[in-house]
Amino acid sequence: MSQGPTYLDAASSEPLHPAARETLMAALDAGFADVRRLHGSARNARLLLDNARAVVAEGLGVRPDEVTFTSSGTDAVHRGLLGLALAQPGSRRHLVCSAIEHSAVLHAARWWESVHGGTWSLAAVDARGQVTDAPNEADVVAWQHANHEVGTVADLSRLRRGLAEDTPLFVDACASMGRLPLPAEGDVVAGSAHKWGGPAGVGVLVVRSRRWVSPFPDDDRADHRGSGFENVPAALAAAAALQAVVAEREERSAREHALVDRIREHAAGIPDVDVVGDPVDRLPHLVTFSVLYAHGEQLVSALDRRGFGVASGSACTASALEPSHVLAAMGALTHGNVRVSLTRDTTADDVDRFLAALDEAVAEVRA
Amino acid sequence: MRELDCRGLPCPAPIIELARHIGDVAEGELLGVAADDPAARYDVPAWCRMKGQEYVGEQAATDGVPVYVVRRCAATSAAASAP
Repeated sequence: MSQGPTYLDAASSEPLHPAARETLMAALDAGFADVRRLHGSARNARLLLDNARAVVAEGLGVRPDEVTFTSSGTDAVHRGLLGLALAQPGSRRHLVCSAIEHSAVLHAARWWESVHGGTWSLAAVDARGQVTDAPNEADVVAWQHANHEVGTVADLSRLRRGLAEDTPLFVDACASMGRLPLPAEGDVVAGSAHKWGGPAGVGVLVVRSRRWVSPFPDDDRADHRGSGFENVPAALAAAAALQAVVAEREERSAREHALVDRIREHAAGIPDVDVVGDPVDRLPHLVTFSVLYAHGEQLVSALDRRGFGVASGSACTASALEPSHVLAAMGALTHGNVRVSLTRDTTADDVDRFLAALDEAVAEVRA
Repeated sequence: MRELDCRGLPCPAPIIELARHIGDVAEGELLGVAADDPAARYDVPAWCRMKGQEYVGEQAATDGVPVYVVRRCAATSAAASAP
């Protein structure tokens, strides 16, 4: 029996959830109009957008007026973090980011310095990628909820307790939104719909704080926190996917956690393999390991030839020549790196076949 | 100090060289890995952690290339399991 390729890269992008597909197709025709006009088609579009906002708010456990749809997760990160930093008094200019933030956060920090004349620094993490000490001297802190490469879920309540009460916290929840309950911490939180099974091109910005200003030019749209013509059909599809993912979460999370445990155990049993990230406090669907003496790109290609699509943080697989800053900051081996992330449809059989292919691929690449 | 010239070698070649040659120095002695591959800065210390060796630190060769210094430790299976 021939088997199609098995996609194990949900952390890059989860396939569209069936609930999102259905909603998207219906909303394409009903939600095309300009939500700011006063005619019937506009009212329909406005209704759909408000509905999408309400559904996302419910799924996240926040108020609808705290939710803004942006043009991507990256856009939500940039708006969220820079807007929080800009809203601080002029003397509070120092931003601290965890050393394992997504590059979108680090690019925003560089922008904070180059465009706004602020300062920033990195806070170290331990070998699991966990918070060590809350950063002192921080006027604004950016700390992810879960790491996109290694899956570690940050102890944000511990971090929050260590910060001064008036130090605002930006939380990048792009890797976890929908898969885990939204953390209570975070004055501003960012998410990305295509990571949970919604369409690409929809980010979610949650602003819980009054201390936030838009860091970019204003736009006379329905929501002052965003800009550009609202993509109503995609926002509604993202909301439908989130609702479905939250409803399925308990069952799916337990299943994925067990499957990832199986992968972790198997990988750790291969000689000279470094399994990375927190074994317990982690995303349910994601695991990363590094294979000593193996070339990352060759390993990914060897798995691809066997029908498995996985990601890698090794330098040879990156557009830059540098290895993953996440792996480097955790003291993990950076070469021979493989990140496996399960989709909603991944089965135990898929995992078993993957592990057999992994053994072959490692043997081939190390030979 | 004995030094391995891994200039121009991409990852993971410098680490493979390190594993092959750690047995060339006596226990307690130093072995340097001169490597311009950016991954070596992280992977030499990671290899030391995985293999029970001591990572001493980073120096610079006369041509400016980083040299990552490792001290061979007693209980080493590193050489035995070299690729």
